[in-house]
Amino acid sequence: MTVLCLAETDADGAADASLRALSFATGLAGGAPPAAVVFGPADHVPRDALAAHGAAAAYLIEPGQLAGYAPQAWARALAGLAAHTGAGAVVAAATDRGNEVMAYLGALTGQPMAANCVSAEPDGDGGYQVVRHRWAGLLLEDASLAGSPALMTVATEAVPAVAVAEPSTLAVHPYAPDLDADDLRVRATETAGHSSGASLATARVVVGGGRGVGGPDGFAPLEELAGLLGGVVGVSRVVTSEGWRPHRQQVGQTGTKITPELYLACGISGAIQHMAGCAGAKHIVVVNTDPGAPILAHADYAVVGDLGEVIPAVVAALKARSAGG
Amino acid sequence: MEIGVCVKRVPMVGGKIVLTADAQELDTRMSGFTISPHEECAVEEAVQITERLGGTVSVITLGPEAAADQLREALALGAKRAVLLETDGREWGPIATAAAIVAEVRRHAADGPGYDLLLCGNEAADTGDYQVGFRVACALGWPCVTGIKNLEITETETGAGARARREYRGGEETFEFGLPAVICVKEGINLPRYPSLPGRLRAKRAEIERYEPQWQQEGLRKRSLRVPAAERKQATVLGTGADAVPALIGVLEEWGVLP
Repeated sequence: MTVLCLAETDADGAADASLRALSFATGLAGGAPPAAVVFGPADHVPRDALAAHGAAAAYLIEPGQLAGYAPQAWARALAGLAAHTGAGAVVAAATDRGNEVMAYLGALTGQPMAANCVSAEPDGDGGYQVVRHRWAGLLLEDASLAGSPALMTVATEAVPAVAVAEPSTLAVHPYAPDLDADDLRVRATETAGHSSGASLATARVVVGGGRGVGGPDGFAPLEELAGLLGGVVGVSRVVTSEGWRPHRQQVGQTGTKITPELYLACGISGAIQHMAGCAGAKHIVVVNTDPGAPILAHADYAVVGDLGEVIPAVVAALKARSAGG
Repeated sequence: MEIGVCVKRVPMVGGKIVLTADAQELDTRMSGFTISPHEECAVEEAVQITERLGGTVSVITLGPEAAADQLREALALGAKRAVLLETDGREWGPIATAAAIVAEVRRHAADGPGYDLLLCGNEAADTGDYQVGFRVACALGWPCVTGIKNLEITETETGAGARARREYRGGEETFEFGLPAVICVKEGINLPRYPSLPGRLRAKRAEIERYEPQWQQEGLRKRSLRVPAAERKQATVLGTGADAVPALIGVLEEWGVLP
C-alpha cells in the first residue's frame, strides 16, 4: 500500500513539521516506505532529509504549471496522485497549509479527514484506529477512520521526527497534475520573508504575564526580566482580550504554542486553553498570589507572592549576579 | 455586502476538563457556554465590514435549541439576522455540518440577496476539525482560505474581492481572490467589542429563523474521549514573596537557563 505525505519545502529545505509527518507516515504503511509529495522547483527537493525520515520516493510538481501556493490546486494534485498511485492514505502536517489542503482533498473526494492525529493503526478492515487531538491537545479522541484513501493531518508537536536506520535512495518522479482553471483562483500572491528578532514560538525563555499584571502599564518589569534572561514576553488570553498587549504575544490554544527551556508564568491562573500553549515548556515556574491557582498543578516550582514585589527582586538579583560575576 | 458568519456553541472550560462517565463528551453541568473564540472574531470582522460598506450580517449556528444563546450573543455584537440549524444535541461531524450550511446558503440565495461572503472560525475550539469552511466552499464552488489574521474587502473590475493575509513560517503570505468566498479567520484579526446595552436588548427580542437539517453518520467515528496523563505534579513552593528569590535563582542556575 502506498502512503503519500505532503512535504512543505522551500529553499531552506523541508519544514520540520513535514519531517515529523513523514515519520508518522512511515509508521502507517506497514513497513513500506511512504512517498513524499513536493511542490516547487527540482532543486528544492530536500532529498537527504526526506530519505532520512523514511521516504523512498518523491513526487515533484514543478512551478511551471503551478507557481506559488494554491490550496485547491495542491489538493487537486494530491487527488490525482492518490488515484495514480492507488494510495491507501494521504497525510500532511497539521499546519495552516496542511490542514487546508487535506480539508479540500476531503471535500473533492467526499472522504472524511481526521485532523491533528497523534497515532494511527490499521484496523484490519481497510480503515484506521486513530488518536487525535481535541481542544488543542488537552483532550484525546479515540476514533475510527474509514476512507479510501484515508486522510489525516498530524499534530506534529506530539509526533517526533525519527531518522530511519537504513534510508533509501530517493527516487524523484515528476508529476503533472490535471488542474481546473478554478483551482488557481486562490493563490499566495506574495510570501514575505521570515521576520527577524526573537520569536515567541522558538524563544528559549518566555516570561508570561496574565490578569495579575493588572493592566497595560504593568509589563515593564516582565520585559526587563525577559531581556535579562535572553527571552521574550508572552501573555494569557485575558491580556489580549482586554487589549493590554497585542494578540501576537498570546500563549495558548488561540495564540502561539511555545517550547522554551523555561516558562516563568506570572499572575496567570492557568485556564486550560493557556496550558495548551505552554505544555511544551521544559520547565515551568509560577509566580502567583494564590497557592491554589490551577496553574500550580502543571508547574515545577512556585513562588507565592505579588509579582509586583517578586519580579523586581528577581531583576535586582540577576543584575547583582552579573555585576559580581 | 451580505455576510454570513458561522459560529459554534462550545463549553467554557476553566482550569480542568471533566468528562462524562461514558467518556463521550465533556461534563458541562457546571460550565457555561460561549461562541468558539475564532468565531467571535469572525462576527466582529463581519460587523466592521458592514459598518464600512453597508449590508447585513447573518449569524448561523448548528446546534441544539440552547445554541440560540450564542446567536443572541452575536446579535448583541451587531449581527442583524440569526439562523439556527437545530439538532437534537448529538455531535455532528464536519461533512454533515457543511451540508447544512450549504443548504442555508442556497436558501438565502433563493429567497433573498444571497451571501457575498461567508466567514468561519479557523477551527472549532472543541473538535478542531479544520475543514467545515473548505467543505462548504467546495460544494458551492467558491474560493476558500484559512488562518486569516488580516482581511481587506477590495473593489475590482469584476466586482468585490478580498485581500487576505496570514502568518507563514515566521513571515506572512497574502491571497487575493473574488467574492463570493469562504474565509476562515483566527483570533487576533481584531479585538471584539463588548455588546452595548441597546444591542443586548435588540438581541433578546430578535426572531430566530429555524431549520432542522438531517444528521448523518460519517467515516470518522468517535469512540471515546480521554484526558492525557499529566506530565507534571503539583508545584513545589519555593517560598513567599521576595524572600523566595534566592531559591528561585538557584533553581534557574541548576537548569542552566541563566545567561
